[in-house]
Amino acid sequence: MSAAGEWIIGLLVLAGAVIGVISAFGLIRLPDVYLRSHAATKSATLGVLFILVGAFLYFWLYMGHVSAKLLLGIAFVFITSPVAGHLNGRAAYRSGVPLWERSVRDDWAKEQHRQSASRAPE
Amino acid sequence: MALQLLLNLIIAFVWMFLANDWSASRFVVGYLIGAACIGLLHRFWPYDFYLKRLWAVCKLLVLFVKELFISSFGVLLHIVRPRLTIRPGIFTLRTELRSDWEITLLSCLICLTPGTLTLNVAPDGQTLHIHAIDIEDADELARQIKDSFEKAIMEVTRG
Repeated sequence: MSAAGEWIIGLLVLAGAVIGVISAFGLIRLPDVYLRSHAATKSATLGVLFILVGAFLYFWLYMGHVSAKLLLGIAFVFITSPVAGHLNGRAAYRSGVPLWERSVRDDWAKEQHRQSASRAPE
Repeated sequence: MALQLLLNLIIAFVWMFLANDWSASRFVVGYLIGAACIGLLHRFWPYDFYLKRLWAVCKLLVLFVKELFISSFGVLLHIVRPRLTIRPGIFTLRTELRSDWEITLLSCLICLTPGTLTLNVAPDGQTLHIHAIDIEDADELARQIKDSFEKAIMEVTRG
């Protein structure tokens, strides 16, 4: 039981670290701010969650201590990181950061264009 | 819904008073009896039994975790692939959800789905602009979102 627990905790923490590394690599590799925001929001969230769950299991199985703070941390990261990604993307778009040149379509720009065109004649 | 929860708590406390026993186990038994009573009398309420709503919340949570896993591994695959084969873009999604709370939940869920990120909620509160990593099939993506998330959220908020 204890050996299996060690393996599970080790794998969880290792997986979290690897996912974190890959998403940091994604920050360098992906071409524009929106795509980078994809990498930062999702993969990094999952990496942090894995590490926190590993720490929680460690304290629970080996110290006999159920750490409610770690659970709260998991919940907070889970709730806040998609909102942070959304706000970053929106702020970037509204301040005019261009999309990658190989992006295929942009419905939002079309809509803004249409709105400003319909407002102009007044 | 809050009223049913309150009634259930009151029934549990009445059960504890009846037995003159103030332990947690007695409270749990009273709570279960109360839940059974309210469940059996659900047709006298103008809305659904509240535990059904709670079950829908649990299903939504499971969906949330599942989507987080799928989307993270999707993005990781895109990153480690030797050549970038992505075609990013922004598409619009019309939603049937009404209240601010529902829209917020939907956009959080979209942020965590495979390769999509909510960029903007239009001022009319019905149109979402979504940035997708691979937009080849935007209509397909929109249909998936509508099918899974909108339905799950509606189950929670409308019962």
